[in-house]
Amino acid sequence: MIETAPQELATQESHPMDAVLRQDRLPHIWCPGCGLGTALTCFASALVKSGLDLDKVVVVSGIGCTGRVAGYVRLDSFHTTHGRAIPFATGLKLGNPELKVVVFSGDGDLAGIGGNHLIHAARRNVDMTVICVNNFNYGMTGGQLAPTTPLHARTTTSPRGNQEHPFNLPYLAAGSGAVYVARWTVLHVRRLEKAIGEALAKRGFSFVEVISPCPTLYGRMNKLREGLEHLRYYRERSRIIHGADPRDVDIELGGDIIVGKFVDIEKPVWGAEG
Amino acid sequence: MSEPRLLCGEYFMSGDDACAEAAICAGCRFFAGYPITPATEIAERMAARLPEVGGIYIQMEDELASMNAVLGASWAGRRAMTATSGPGFSLMMENLGLGIMTETPCVLVNVQRGGPSTGLPTLVGQGDVMQARWGSHGCYEIIALCPSSPQELFDLTIRAFNLAEEFRTPVLVMTDAEVGHMTEKVVIPPPEQIPIYPRRKPTVGPDAYKPFEVGDDLVPAMVNAGEGYRIHITGLTHDERGYPMVDAVTQQRMITRLVEKIRRNRHRMIDVEEQDLDDAEVVVVTYGISARTSYWPIEQARREGIKVGMLRLITLWPFPEERVRAIAERVRAFVVVEINLGQMVYEVERCAAGKAAVYLAGHAGGDLHDPHDILALIRRAAGR
Repeated sequence: MIETAPQELATQESHPMDAVLRQDRLPHIWCPGCGLGTALTCFASALVKSGLDLDKVVVVSGIGCTGRVAGYVRLDSFHTTHGRAIPFATGLKLGNPELKVVVFSGDGDLAGIGGNHLIHAARRNVDMTVICVNNFNYGMTGGQLAPTTPLHARTTTSPRGNQEHPFNLPYLAAGSGAVYVARWTVLHVRRLEKAIGEALAKRGFSFVEVISPCPTLYGRMNKLREGLEHLRYYRERSRIIHGADPRDVDIELGGDIIVGKFVDIEKPVWGAEG
Repeated sequence: MSEPRLLCGEYFMSGDDACAEAAICAGCRFFAGYPITPATEIAERMAARLPEVGGIYIQMEDELASMNAVLGASWAGRRAMTATSGPGFSLMMENLGLGIMTETPCVLVNVQRGGPSTGLPTLVGQGDVMQARWGSHGCYEIIALCPSSPQELFDLTIRAFNLAEEFRTPVLVMTDAEVGHMTEKVVIPPPEQIPIYPRRKPTVGPDAYKPFEVGDDLVPAMVNAGEGYRIHITGLTHDERGYPMVDAVTQQRMITRLVEKIRRNRHRMIDVEEQDLDDAEVVVVTYGISARTSYWPIEQARREGIKVGMLRLITLWPFPEERVRAIAERVRAFVVVEINLGQMVYEVERCAAGKAAVYLAGHAGGDLHDPHDILALIRRAAGR
């Protein structure tokens, strides 16, 4: 462990992520052990390495824990209504094609209340990157059932175990027409950063699912009370299968998590043939 | 590009088509919508015309998406609009609120039909005028305009775009199925006769700029995404920097300003048409297509010796409160003619404040009033 003297910390003038984070908005609101900070760091690093003109990068979020990302990035950023980040982003991108538009939001926001917009934006192949942090429940409101909650998992609104089949998000995105689909956990920081970089460079609708711990709520209800336990689980049960058929990457309670790049194809984007 | 950019000249044109052409004249270069009777023709015309003028048309998956795409396009620097009818208007309400909260200029046209629910898809109604005022949750003020003819729909659509930019707010054009589908003479003036209120741009650079800092008129200057200002915009209660501040003090300051922005500047928004008010003892208060049903009974009542006039609301919101209060001081009664079972009549009653009687000529929708019914009510209001 490298130790930093307190006075050295005080005089430190810059942080490697100063270019992309709003220092005046930190510290963030996320719980200890939450994966959102890691997901945001991976995005920030990917952005810095991308060489994109940061004045032209726009982040759009919906509502929820992940929805707060828009407030922490030192970029043009929009914190919209619940579920509506993607159509807002569609208007931004079509309104000014020079913009690089990134939607950064959660599973409940994007696949629950905003599910219709997700599939239609993928179908149209609107040129945007969607980063969907999946923590298997609604965190901001206290840990309720989400469309991604695994079968039999407990949440505050499925106290006897979830009876509904969850969405397999990579399959949903791929089936709807996304040209780039990947999934990583927040344990896979370098691979996640690389995947976000690839998604940013991809022309068309790219989708990156980020599996992330919610020890405070989902974890507490499902025997993963510490962030570290989640990460240990990811290490033990993640299987990297690039090119896996998205149909085969469902997530079951206590089961393996298949990660990797599943889709990387070329297709004309919205408006390209207009 | 076979058609000219703006179709200046005289036409025999439907209200919906006139609305679309007006939007193009006003500089609208983005339309997001979803098919719905009786507003579909606006979308169809925009789909045909926008590509000819360098604009973008997109059909979204629903009206929630349409409203959001319009807001996004506005922040990308485009003049943007959508058009819908009752059910779609209901779906747009949440994000109309986002537009108000984030002070996003845009235009929302509602070609009203009979409701509630699916109601009368092809037939007229004026039952959304209170929804226009109060439909989104929370405390706010709104601008809503209401035309009586295709020509006026053309004129007010242009005015809506300009008010939206001047006051940085969504503006509603509350037309109806009759005006939208009616075909009449429409004059499209040459571009130099069409006023364009430009976006209010800041005079300071990114370091000094605060997205919600205001001057005397309470309207902040606006930058677009991609201009290097690195703004943060949220639907949460926020301070001058645009940063979320979830507390009662910020709420009080911010929401009061949003409301005052409209109230204090209301004289630049309010427009009414007055007819024969000087000697009137009975005043018909009406708007939109119902004004046209009211002309004959007013004329007839005058022939019978009843001193009756008309106050036609061109701006529904903000309501011309001072004008109605002043008229109430010296008339016997108001007769409110509207295609609903009582909405604007409450505003008239409130402003009449017991000084003049208020009668409602209501109609549930699906048709215009029978002018004889209006005449009968004018007689009753006059004590005949």
